Parts: sequence; structure tokens; C-alpha cells
Amino acid sequence: MSNEAVAELNQDIDLDQVDSIIEPYLGKKEMVIPILQKVQEHFGYLPRPVMEHISRRMHIPLSRLYGVTTFYAQFKLKPRGRNIIRVCKGTACHIQGSPKISERIEEILDVESGETTDDLRFTLEEVACIGCCALAPVIMVNDDPHGRLTPDKVKDILDGYE
Amino acid sequence: MYEKHIMICGATGCLSSGSNQIAETLKEELEKQGVIDKYRLVMGGCPGFCEVGPIIVIYPDEVFYCRLKPKDMAELVEQHLIGGEIVERLLYKGPDVDAPARFYDTIPFYSKQKFNVLRNSGVIDPESIDEYIMRGGYRALRRALQMDSQAICDEVKDAGLRGRGGAGFPTGVKWGFTNKAPGPKKYIVCNADEGDPGAFMDRSILEGDPHAILEGMLIAGKACGADEGYIYCRAEYPLAIRRLKTAIQQAEEYGLLGSNILDSGFNFKMNIKEGAGAFVCGEETALLASIEGKRGMPRPRPPFPAQVGVFGKPTTINNVETLANIPLIVKEGGAAEYAKVGTEGSKGTKVFALAGKVRNTGLVEVPMGITIEEIIFDVGGGIQGGREFKAVQAGGPSGGCIPHDLINLPIDYDSLTKAGAIMGSGGLVVMDDRTCMVDLAKYFLSFTQKESCGKCTPCREGTKRMLEILERITEGEGKPEDLDTLDSLAHSIKDSSLCGLGQTCPNPVLTTIRYFRHEYEEHINEGYCRSGICKPLFQYLIDQDNCTGCRACVRVCPVEAIKGEKKEPHEIIQELCTRCGSCIEKCRQDCILITRVGSEADVSN
Ligand SMILES: Cc1cc2nc3c(=O)[nH]c(=O)nc-3n(C[C@H](O)[C@H](O)[C@H](O)COP(=O)(O)O)c2cc1C
Ligand code: SF4
Ligand code: SF4
Ligand code: SF4
Ligand code: FES
Ligand code: FES
Repeated sequence: MSNEAVAELNQDIDLDQVDSIIEPYLGKKEMVIPILQKVQEHFGYLPRPVMEHISRRMHIPLSRLYGVTTFYAQFKLKPRGRNIIRVCKGTACHIQGSPKISERIEEILDVESGETTDDLRFTLEEVACIGCCALAPVIMVNDDPHGRLTPDKVKDILDGYE
Repeated sequence: MYEKHIMICGATGCLSSGSNQIAETLKEELEKQGVIDKYRLVMGGCPGFCEVGPIIVIYPDEVFYCRLKPKDMAELVEQHLIGGEIVERLLYKGPDVDAPARFYDTIPFYSKQKFNVLRNSGVIDPESIDEYIMRGGYRALRRALQMDSQAICDEVKDAGLRGRGGAGFPTGVKWGFTNKAPGPKKYIVCNADEGDPGAFMDRSILEGDPHAILEGMLIAGKACGADEGYIYCRAEYPLAIRRLKTAIQQAEEYGLLGSNILDSGFNFKMNIKEGAGAFVCGEETALLASIEGKRGMPRPRPPFPAQVGVFGKPTTINNVETLANIPLIVKEGGAAEYAKVGTEGSKGTKVFALAGKVRNTGLVEVPMGITIEEIIFDVGGGIQGGREFKAVQAGGPSGGCIPHDLINLPIDYDSLTKAGAIMGSGGLVVMDDRTCMVDLAKYFLSFTQKESCGKCTPCREGTKRMLEILERITEGEGKPEDLDTLDSLAHSIKDSSLCGLGQTCPNPVLTTIRYFRHEYEEHINEGYCRSGICKPLFQYLIDQDNCTGCRACVRVCPVEAIKGEKKEPHEIIQELCTRCGSCIEKCRQDCILITRVGSEADVSN
């Protein structure tokens, strides 16, 4: 997604909702990770204006906040698509051919891992073992696992998500 | 009273093979027959044999049904539940049994296993504290509360339990350190960060038997003089977190958590912290920093967490599986019983996530000291498709690979370390002749390189250099001196890194070079990847003598690179082929061959 598109999305953010999330944690700096997790759960990512707001309310320098968010893979600084594809990059899946699955998805959607399609339909991400190695290689689309994949099955699966 | 309990596996593996639909159809069928009140339906933890999911086990009959489909439910209800006759068609069948097998003891996958840690998983309802208590739960806690702290530490030491989180440090000794540390405020931390990207044992324990972890932590609390605990769990395990929360709430209601537990004067408060996806946070000092809301960076030890831990207080950190062992040891007569299983230096059992190219994949718990051969061929049923066993990777990105030649190696802490691998968390990934060892080393290193926290230069820069070299080799640009360079980089990273991540991350590279040097040399000197993984280093050819012209491969080729007349041998147009691998998966005749670049159609290599 382009930076302009992100900026446009960021305009509509309601900071009051951020306040109600932060409220119970005011003054507890060690709770910054749970706060960010809750805020991300709400917005789907961590918009810049929200980060600035948290920094002011919690009295934590913005640079430290970004230090924490960039350290942990869970935090996303850009908006994500309506459907999240997570390709398992665990060992069992790797050995059973997950790189070939990733390649096929990247070809079809024309994005690389970590990116979102321009129409916001898909975001492509990676995940480590999701606990169904018996069905490797596995991808999750939103909350649905799809196992025992071969590259030729990918297209039909993606077609099932709007 | 229910006539029967129906345990449906509700863990991730079976969910993805459709256990939710199974549960729904089963419910509908029971309602249709008007018998739903007679049965208790539970979506339980993983009974281990994920390969053959979805699975239903019916108690008290102890009948194990597998590979179920929604349409099988009507028969199951009518014939078994109502009619009392086993539905033979839905029992386990496989090349390793003569007749359909009815239960655990007759299915080879289970016959060499021993359930300590997984004793309740898939047997009880993980959301019911009563069922946990009925199976003897919280009895060890009751006993511990009447014991002296040091006496508990000593029992755990005598049982011979070593930490299951990786390093294998004796748990009773560790507890003793925290117990002796001065100060009134101490903590117990459960490490449920499970970062090994090929393992899910801890997750299964948390999801299948959450009270065992609480009980283990409470006993640890009593033994160490701690009154507060943190469970640091990966946020990617939402079900585990939900089950833990339920368990904590139930334990509080039963007076097993909180103040004056069971009238003993002992208090304990339990907290859950969600991790946020950084492998290095599994390292104990990084985990402490993360609990405090900081970037999860390791720090030098000493001081050890037993002296200076969470919020500066003495802290014991234990792995999930370590803690799940505790109730078994601390129960009446448990320590002696426990020490009977295993080897001299490694007592008890170990849970492994058995995956990769093995026929029976899933979660297995075996006595320490079992050999690689027994795990892979007896429990695991051998290699998929009858291919050739090449190696097994133990211990994830910190571990190493063990080649076919060492098939008789017993699995215990010391033997694995001697072979260059480690017990690690318990991932066991089996590889066959279609797995490229150079690619495997590259895979693990790219994982650790990304996860390095960047604090020490050798770990940060050294892994980058090593990765670049491995990438070059897999792209066909390897140089003869690369192996020596890799070796010396690996040793300097091991020797000068601050934490276990850096100290162990070269292991996969070192062990693959040690045992599969010829594969590296083949890549570098001959430009050939015999396993058909490194794309520039092989090509696919169709065996002209065996191709039946069935066109299965043509239909899946995304670039129309396969041509030929129907019922005549086909050919691959090398200029078009992207080596996507779709065709080789589809060919039933096994006649798509992996050959050296430039080979001709009649050369099979
Ligand atoms: C990079 C790194 C990652 C680790 N990840 C985990 C983990 O995911 N789970 C775990 O229990 N221990 C992990 N450990 C080991 C812990 O530091 C610690 O030794 C362990 O939790 C102690 O528990 P135990 O004595 O019960 O084994 C990791 C260590 C390192 C260096
Ligand atoms: S060894 Fe690597 S991961 Fe560990 S502290 Fe140093 S840089 Fe960080
Ligand atoms: S490897 Fe892929 S591109 Fe090449 S022939 Fe087979 S299906 Fe076609
Ligand atoms: S699938 Fe195999 S047998 Fe069938 S046409 Fe292709 S190469 Fe020949
Ligand atoms: S490695 Fe992919 S599910 Fe375990
Ligand atoms: S997930 Fe069902 S048996 Fe493992």
C-alpha cells in the first residue's frame, strides 16, 4: 500500500476509543505491550496518530514505543487487508514444500510476504508452526487452516475469500 | 450419569482436518435419534495421532475412531452408541497392523509410548477442574503444602528431573537456588513462549491439561518461597490462553489459588502475560525484560534469575513440560516411581512433535533412552511413501541433524549433545532423500538471523555472513573455500555470543557439514542438488521408458512446460519450466526424475 493511502486511512481514527483502552493502565508503564496488543486488536494495526496519542498519555517517548513495536513481530505499523494469509514457515512445513506454496501465492497476488494487495483484499504474512505439522504444508487464511497443500491447490483456496 | 463419554479431538491439527463439522454432525445425529442426553460430548486435547485425524475416542469402551468424515456419524451413532457394536470400518488401519486396531495398546504408534506429561490430554475435558481432580489432580499440591520447602526441592532433585526447555538443568537444584535467595518477594515464571518453529508440545499440554501447569507452578511456589506467578504464553496460542484463564478462574473458586490455599497459610497469585512474537524472548533474561514491558533483549548472567529476576526479585523460570511433570513427582511415592523410567542421566519421558517425512506424524511421549530407530520406525511407522530415511533434526534452530548412520543413538540429553544436536524443546523433524541438507541449514540460519536481537556483533553480523554464503551455495555460486569460512564463522559466533541464541544457532550448519559434507561439495563443485530443492542446481526430466502419457502433470503445470501426445511419453521443455514442483507431486508413475542440469532424457541419475 502506498503511504498516501495509509495517511488517508489514518484521518478517520477516533482517539476517544484509544483512551478507553488506555484508561485502566494509566501510570503502569510495564503494561505497554498489553496496551499495544489491545489497540492493535481494535484497529488491526498501530496507526501513527494512535502511537503519538499513547506516547502523550502514558508519558513514554515515541521513540521507545516504536522501539518496542519494531522488536516484536506481532505489531503491525501498516493497515492490513480484509483477509490475512499466514503461510506456515515452520520446519515441518518447510520440508514438505512451503517455499513452493509461498511462491505460488506471491505470483497470484503479486505481493511479497509482509505486503497487502492494493485492493486490501489480502495481506500475506508468515507464521511459525501452527501445530498441525501432520498436515504440512499448511496455510491459515483468517482462522481457517488449509493443510496438505500443493501449489496447484492454492488458487482455488484464495478464490474462496472476497 | 452419562452412558458414555465421547472425546472429539478439538486441537489444531484435527480442527484443520474438520473436527468441528464432525462434532456438529454427531450432535445432529444424536438429537435425531433422541439420545443426546445419554452422552457427554467433549472437544478435548490432542491424543497425539494427528496424522489420522479427525479422531474420536469413546469411553469407557476405549475405542479409537480415526480419519472420520461427517457422513460416518450416522453409522457411529446407530451401530456403536445405540447398537453397542464397534464400527470396524472406522478403526485404525495401516501397513503396520494386520487387522483394524481398536485402541492405544494395539496401535503401533502408541505401543512404545509412555504417558506421563500427556496423561490427561485427550482424556479429560480441559475446561473442567473436576475431571482433573478426579484423575488425581491437586493431590500433589495438598501434599506439598504440608512439606518443608527444601524437602520438595530435594524430592524433585532425587527424581532426576531436568528442565525440558532446552538446557536440561536439574529442576530441583534450580528451585533450591531460588529458595535460598534472600528476600520476602519471589516469583515463579512459566515459559510458554515455545519459539521453536517446528514444535507444538507445550501448546498441546497447555490446551489439553492446563491445570497440570497451575499445579506445577503452585508446588514450585511452595518449594521456592514464591507467592506470585507469571505464565508467559505466545499470543499466537489463543486457545491455550483461554483455557489457562478458565483454569485459573476455576482454581480460584476452589480455593486452590489466592490466599490461604487449602487452609495452609500459603498464598499464590497467578498472572498471564502474552508474548508478542520474538523467538529470543524464550531466553530467560529476555523473557524477564519482556514481562516488564521492555524490548526482549537478553542480559549477561550472573546475576541469574534465581537472584535477580522479574522486577529485580528472585525468580524461578521453568518450561511448560517441566512443570507438567511436577505433580507426578511430588505425589506420594512419586519421585522413586518417576526415576524408574529413563536413563542414568535423563529420567522420565520426553514429549516430541514428530513431523516431516515420517508416516505417523503427531505428538509422542516416549521414555528417555529410546533410540532414533524406535521413534522413527516403530512409533513413526517409517518414511512416507517408503522412501529412504536420511536424517532427523532434533532441537530446532539450536539443534542439529542426526544422520541415518546414527540410527541406534539413544535419545537422552548427553547422547544428543555428543552427536552435535540437543534435546531442545522436542521438535523431531524427519527427512528423506528429497530433503536438501544445505537448504535445511540455510532455513534454520535465516530463522535465527532474523530473530537475533542484535546486541552482540558476532551473532548479528556473523549470522548474516553465514547466511550469505549459504545462499550463494544454494544458488550455484559456491566457492571451494566456503566450507572453511562457514566453519570458522560458526565457531567464533558460538564462542563470543552473549545468549543461547547466538551460542547455538550455528549448530544446524555445523552438523550438516559434519554429516553431509558431500552434499555441500556436490553443490559447490558439481553444481548439483540431488534432492531437487535448490532450483538452479537440478532439472526435472521425464523418464521416457515409464511415462504412460496420463497427462496428470500437464494439467497442473502453470506454464505449459510439458508436452506430448496422450498415451505417449511426455517431455518437459526446460526453457519454460520454473521448477515449481507441481508435476512431480502428481505423477503416479514416479517417472519425473531429478537430474543434473543439462542431462538428456535417457540419462537417469
Ligand atoms: C533463544 C532461546 C530461546 C528459548 N526458547 C525457549 C522456549 O520457547 N521455551 C522454553 O521453555 N525455554 C526456552 N529457552 C530456554 C530458557 O532460557 C530457559 O532455559 C528455560 O525456560 C528454563 O526452563 P527449564 O529449566 O524448565 O527447562 C530458550 C533459550 C534460548 C537461548
Ligand atoms: S547472542 Fe544474539 S540474540 Fe543473544 S543477546 Fe547476542 S545478539 Fe542478541
Ligand atoms: S516443475 Fe512446474 S513448471 Fe516445471 S514442468 Fe513441472 S509443473 Fe511445469
Ligand atoms: S504424470 Fe507422469 S506418467 Fe503421467 S504424463 Fe506426466 S510424467 Fe507421464
Ligand atoms: S511446521 Fe507448519 S504447522 Fe508445524
Ligand atoms: S490434533 Fe487431533 S490428534 Fe493431534
